[in-house]
Amino acid sequence: MQATEAKTTDIKLVEKPEGYEGAGFFATSLEKVVGMARKNSIWPLPFATSCCGIEFMATMGAHYDLARFGSERLSFSPRQADLLMVMGTIAKKMGPVLRQVYEQMAEPRWVLSVGACACSGGIFDTYSVLQGIDRIIPVDVYVPGCPPRPEQIIDGIMKIQQLVGNESLRRRDSSAYKAMLNKYGIE
Amino acid sequence: MEVNNERSSMDKTTEEKIVGIIREKFESDILSVDSPHDFLTIHFRKDNIIDLIRYLYDHPVARFQYLTTLCGIHYPDAKEIAVMYQLHSLVNNWRVRIRIFLPEDDPVTPTLTTIFAGANWMERETYDFFGVKFTGHPDLRRILNVEDMIIFPMRKEYPLEDQTREDKNDFMFGR
Repeated sequence: MQATEAKTTDIKLVEKPEGYEGAGFFATSLEKVVGMARKNSIWPLPFATSCCGIEFMATMGAHYDLARFGSERLSFSPRQADLLMVMGTIAKKMGPVLRQVYEQMAEPRWVLSVGACACSGGIFDTYSVLQGIDRIIPVDVYVPGCPPRPEQIIDGIMKIQQLVGNESLRRRDSSAYKAMLNKYGIE
Repeated sequence: MEVNNERSSMDKTTEEKIVGIIREKFESDILSVDSPHDFLTIHFRKDNIIDLIRYLYDHPVARFQYLTTLCGIHYPDAKEIAVMYQLHSLVNNWRVRIRIFLPEDDPVTPTLTTIFAGANWMERETYDFFGVKFTGHPDLRRILNVEDMIIFPMRKEYPLEDQTREDKNDFMFGR
């Protein structure tokens, strides 16, 4: 009888960060471990108002499967969300609502702006539409397209992952960050 | 009573009958009668509009007791803002469109909410987009646009595009 051997698998595990390794120990910086943990468990809050939201649904579905990036757990409460995904046209009347959702999110928080409308107002160059969500909240990554394909949204998520993984643990306490928020009139 | 069940337009005799009913009491207030696309349209003097709609509502034969819609129209060349009322007599399946013209710089007319409660939001919309002030309206404030908007966007003197953008110019976008 042969002992069952560990089968080789095509599941790709997260690589461990740089560090010093020896028999029974592994030493690295806390920042790298926290960054690794955060970037592979981003909880997105979908703020979908139009067709980009449909592309997002495809992105979450089995074929494109955002769960591969540790983001299968959507948070429909801003309090537990890490990433605000704004997908679709934001009317000026909805601006304060979007801003309130952002303000309710706990730090650290990131914002992904998906599609031409969320990024710049898109084709809706009109008095009633907000000409880009970055007029009211700070945006980390922009995904252009009308609407963008799921691959593009995944690319945007991976860009967010890079930001999350490399962010300094002290960034959110820095005066530069506070000044940036103040520019948007937040806090 | 003769009931017209067809959805198609009313024939000329019906139109004449409706106009006759209005002429009985408001002969001097009718400025013109037209029928564009077979839809009876009456241009009415603005002062007695509420009395007219009340009269058509209470009339034992006409019974225009349903307000289909109400809206504003801007005529920049004539410097006038029209308010259009579209009434429907559900019993007879009669429809009529009544227009009044208000001066552009001071569009004021009495509210229709005294007859149709449903006119409330329609008048708010007309105020929101055209700036028509409906005196006696219970809650005349903007309904669709942001509350701090200072323009009436459907008036022709205001451009459609958002004026706060600096990255779009004539060369690139043909503004």
